[in-house]
Amino acid sequence: MLKAHFKKELPTFELEIDISLSHGILALVGPSGAGKTTILQCIAGLQTPSWGGINIHDKAVFSSEDGTNVPIRNRRIGYVFQDYALFPHMSVEKNVVYGKPKKGSNSNKVLTITNVLEMFKIEHLRHRYPNQISGGEKQRVAFARALMTEPELLLLDEPLSALDHDTRSTLQQELLKLQAQWQIPFILVTHDVQEAEILGDQIIKLDHGKQEVIKKLNKAQRASI
Amino acid sequence: MEFSYIPIILSLKVAVAAVIIVTCSSIPIAGFMAKREFWGKDVVESIITLPLVLPPSVVGFMLLYFFGKNGPIGKLLEQWFHTRIVFTLAGAVIAAAVVAFPLMYQSVKASIESVDQNLEKAARTLGARELRVFFTITLPLAWNGIVAGLVLAFARSLGEFGATLMIAGNIPGKTQTMPIAIYFANEAGDTAQATILVIIMTVFSFLVIYGLNRWGKRSQRDPRGGTA
Repeated sequence: MLKAHFKKELPTFELEIDISLSHGILALVGPSGAGKTTILQCIAGLQTPSWGGINIHDKAVFSSEDGTNVPIRNRRIGYVFQDYALFPHMSVEKNVVYGKPKKGSNSNKVLTITNVLEMFKIEHLRHRYPNQISGGEKQRVAFARALMTEPELLLLDEPLSALDHDTRSTLQQELLKLQAQWQIPFILVTHDVQEAEILGDQIIKLDHGKQEVIKKLNKAQRASI
Repeated sequence: MEFSYIPIILSLKVAVAAVIIVTCSSIPIAGFMAKREFWGKDVVESIITLPLVLPPSVVGFMLLYFFGKNGPIGKLLEQWFHTRIVFTLAGAVIAAAVVAFPLMYQSVKASIESVDQNLEKAARTLGARELRVFFTITLPLAWNGIVAGLVLAFARSLGEFGATLMIAGNIPGKTQTMPIAIYFANEAGDTAQATILVIIMTVFSFLVIYGLNRWGKRSQRDPRGGTA
């Protein structure tokens, strides 16, 4: 459950966003430079909003009013970067296991590296390095790595933009399946309106820092696309 | 006159000690300077780099001032530890470390700055604290620059002459390093001794540069990208 209402000064305009998400996928669409990535980074804690508040599961992780600013590592947010940001000096296995919570952390999901690698069908890549695998495979590794932290919210920054058309359609379907299976809310940033329509349960269009169109699709509509 | 190999051993001792000091100090300082902005940063940066452009005699003079019998640091060392730096091998190590530091610092800082910040951000989103980010992401990816800096610092320490002569003097068997031995052997007309040392220094310096270039090319082709 995410509630975020904040402003952020950017060099040419002020970004203002007011979103709430309890389940499913929220797609943020807009041209490049519209502030989409900034929104994700503010939610994750990689950037600090200039005003407002962010709540995850009714817990304030950021509030300009009382000065709350929970560090990134305690926000329990998974983040898939646009270029995947896989660690080039670590094997696929070491990448995936990097964010594994330490034993004794109070989590109900018990994930092992083998589970996760199997789930994403990347077990055979275990000992390869990021520049020895394809774009689609990198994407899966990035997902596996983010989910290994057992996040309560997953942020995806244009995760499919670097892939060819076929891989992209396959992964779009996988993403939907994954969301249904994982049952945590996703926020997906994309510049592709069609992709937002395929994946988003909610769609928010951004232009010059303003939320312009909010379109809510129900599951039945989504299934018919 | 018989050939003395002692200057070679002294030079190696000085260079190894200086490189250890420079490595331990430059990595945290470069890491801090690459990541933080603060008032007066440019001034601090200029001071750190100064020994790179100052004539060795100026560095030597300053070191003598600070570490001399009546200098601020020299006095303290004398009172507290009953040791002195001037005309000892420790003086030669300090001189070598001071002139080699900027080389190592520049190299390490540039390579830390060139590490993709998204990778560091990704590590933070995966729950890593700043120290873990630095040791598991930043440092391994900056490894090439660190090794290059290390080799250059070692070569520079080995070749240090002016500042070393001023603070450590020319005491055969005690503070007479290779470059100093070459100078005084030549002055004394002992061409044989000078020639052998010159050949050793030249071959060694050539190997350092050659090895560094080769290694740089090889690590570019490394499948893991960035590290050796």
